[in-house]
Amino acid sequence: MRPHPGQAAASDDHQLGADSVTWANRAHGGGDRLAMSGTVERGSFRLEADLTAAPGQVLGVLGPNGAGKTTLLRALSGLDALSSGSIHLGALTLDDAATDTFVPAESRPVGLVFQDYRLFPHLDVRDNVAYAPRIRGAGRKQARAAADTWLLRLGLTDLSGRRPHEISGGQAQKVALARALAADPRVLLLDEPLSALDARTRLDVRTQLRDHLTQFAGPVLIITHDPLEAMIMADRLLVIENGRVVQQGTPAQVARQPATQYVARLMGLNLYAGTLDPATARVHLDDGGALTVTLSDDHPASSEGGDLSSRRVLVGLRPSAITIHTAPPAHASPRNVWQGTVTALEQLTDRVRVQVDATPQALVDISAAAVAELALRPGTGVWLSAKATETEAYPGPGPTT
Amino acid sequence: MKTADRPPAGPSPGKRTRNQAHAAAAGGTIPWPLGVPALLAALFLLVPLAGLLVRAPWRGLPRLLTDSQVLDALRLSLLCASAATAVSLLLGVPLAWVLARSQVRGTSVLRALVTLPLVLPPVVGGVALLLAFGREGIMGRLLEQWTGITLPFTTAGVIVAETFVAMPFLIITVEGAFRTSDRGLEEAAATLGATRLTVFRTVTVPLIAPSLLAGAVLCWARALGEFGATITFAGNFPGRTQTMPLAVYVALESDPDAAVALSLVLLLVSIAVLVGLRDRWLSAGASG
Repeated sequence: MRPHPGQAAASDDHQLGADSVTWANRAHGGGDRLAMSGTVERGSFRLEADLTAAPGQVLGVLGPNGAGKTTLLRALSGLDALSSGSIHLGALTLDDAATDTFVPAESRPVGLVFQDYRLFPHLDVRDNVAYAPRIRGAGRKQARAAADTWLLRLGLTDLSGRRPHEISGGQAQKVALARALAADPRVLLLDEPLSALDARTRLDVRTQLRDHLTQFAGPVLIITHDPLEAMIMADRLLVIENGRVVQQGTPAQVARQPATQYVARLMGLNLYAGTLDPATARVHLDDGGALTVTLSDDHPASSEGGDLSSRRVLVGLRPSAITIHTAPPAHASPRNVWQGTVTALEQLTDRVRVQVDATPQALVDISAAAVAELALRPGTGVWLSAKATETEAYPGPGPTT
Repeated sequence: MKTADRPPAGPSPGKRTRNQAHAAAAGGTIPWPLGVPALLAALFLLVPLAGLLVRAPWRGLPRLLTDSQVLDALRLSLLCASAATAVSLLLGVPLAWVLARSQVRGTSVLRALVTLPLVLPPVVGGVALLLAFGREGIMGRLLEQWTGITLPFTTAGVIVAETFVAMPFLIITVEGAFRTSDRGLEEAAATLGATRLTVFRTVTVPLIAPSLLAGAVLCWARALGEFGATITFAGNFPGRTQTMPLAVYVALESDPDAAVALSLVLLLVSIAVLVGLRDRWLSAGASG
C-alpha cells in the first residue's frame, strides 16, 4: 500500500540525520520525553493514564468512542488540569496536582491539531498559519513569511489566500497541522486527524501525514479509533478503554496479542481469557471450554512453574486458523476440536465470516466455495478444529476481564 | 401538500383547483381573519410616515434646514449619539462578555438589572440619573468635589443620558453573540499561545463583528432618538443640550414647518440605519 519509511520504525533514541530537515527547534536538543502519570476528571468521567512518549516517537492512542482519548489530549495540552498526578516534558513540569503547578495551554510548548481542525473562519489560510508567530510579537510581514515557509513545506502555497470555508477537508487538516507547527511546539498532539475525511482523501492524507510526522523531533501523540490508521502511523500503541490504559506495545505486539475483546475485535481475532495448566498446556477458559495452546516465548509459565497469577492467560486465535466441519473430524492431528451451531454468516471482501455459537464461541473465516460445499446456514450443526500451533497463549489480566 | 389533503375549512365543500392547492401549500393564500388585521396594522404604521412626506414643506426645506439652530441641534445630536455609542462600546462590550461567560452566581440577576433601561420609561431614567449624578446626587457630589465637573444640563450630561438608555441595546445584542460564539476556536487560539486577552482581541471579537456592528448601530439609533432621559437630566438648552428630538418638540409649538422638516431628517437617518441593518436584522427575523 505505502512504502514504510525507514524512520517509521524508529526506536526511542530515534535521531534524524544531520542533513535532514528538523521541524522542532534544534535549541531544544532534538526533543524531550513526555511523561504523564495521573488522573483527569471531567464531570463524572474519570481517566487514569500512565504513559511516556520519546522524542521523535509517534505514539498512537487507540480506543473506542468515549474511552477518554480526547480527555487525555486536553490534559496534555493544558485545556484541562489533572486532578492527581503530574505531566512532565523533559525537565519541565507542565502539571503537578501535588504541588499545585499548572502551566496553562497558552504557555505550554504543546501543539494540538483538533479533530474538527478549528481554523479561524475570519482569517485566510496564511493568516491562520501566521497566527502563532503574530501573537508572539512578530510583525505582520515577519509572521506571514514564517507562515509561507510552512505552507510551502506542506504544499499549501496555492491556498494561502483562501478562507477556511473555501478549502476541502484534507486541505483543512494540513492547514491545521501547519498552524500548530508554526507555533514551534515541542510536543505534537493530533486528535483523530483523519476522521473527518472521506475514505479516498484519508488514504492520501494518511500517507503524507505520516511522512510529515517523522520529521518532527519531539514526541507525537495521535489519537484514532481506526486500527489500520494506528498501525500505519504509530511506532507504539496505547490502548485506552473506559478511562484506563489497557495495553501498550508496538503495533505488532498489540495486533498479535490483544489484551481485551475490543482490541481483538479490531484486529479480527478470537480472544479468550482463561487459566493455564502448565503440565498439559491446556487453558481452561473463563466462559467454559478448554483449548490446548502453544505458549509464547515471553510467557513466564513456559520457563518455570509459576504462581496462579502467572497462569492467567489470554488465547488469541485467528478466524482463518479455525477449520469448520459438518461431521466429526477423523484425523486427530488438530488438538482442539469442539462442537457448535452456526448463528450467522457475513460476506467479507474475499471470504465469508461464520459466527459459531459453541463453547468457546468463535468467528471462523472460510471461502465462499466452502460455505456452498458444506451447505452452511444459520442453525447448521458444526465441529470446529484448531491446531495447537495456531493457538497462542500469552500473559493476561486477572479473571475479572 | 398536506393542506391540499385536508378537508376544506370553509362551509362549501367544493373541490379546490390544483392551482389553489399549490398556492395554499406554498403559503400563497391568506385567510381573511388574519389578512384584514394585518392590512390594518400595516396601514397604521405606514400612514403617519406618508403623512410626514405629504405635509413636508418641500419648498422651504433648504431654508429651514440651514437655520443655525437646526444645524446646532443636528450637530449636537450626531456628536452625542456617536459619543454615547463609543462609551457603550468601550464599557458595554466587556460587560457583555462578562455576562455571557461568567460562572459567578448572580450573573443572571446582574444581566436582568443592566438591561432594565430597555423597558424603563426614559423619564424615570432621567430622574434616576439626576439622583445619582445630579449636584446633590451620591456620585454627582463626589464627582464635583474631585474634578469640578457637573453633569446635569451640560453636553456631557446629554451623552450620559443617551448612554444610559442606549447601552443596554448594545449589551444584549453582543452578549447573545458572545454566548453562542464557538468556544472551540478560543481553545484553539489558546493552544497556539494566546492569552485570554489576546484570544478576546484576535478571535472572540472578530468572530462576533457582525453582531457588534448591529449592536452599535442599534445603540446609536436609540441614542439619536433619545428624548425623555435627556430632557430630564440635561435640560433643553439650544446649542448645548438641545438635540434633534428636543428641537422637534419645541419647534412644534413655535414653527410647525420646522418641526416637520426636522422630523424628516430623523426619518431619513432611521431609514439609513434600517438599510444598514437590513441583512443582519431583517434576515435574522426571517430565519430565526
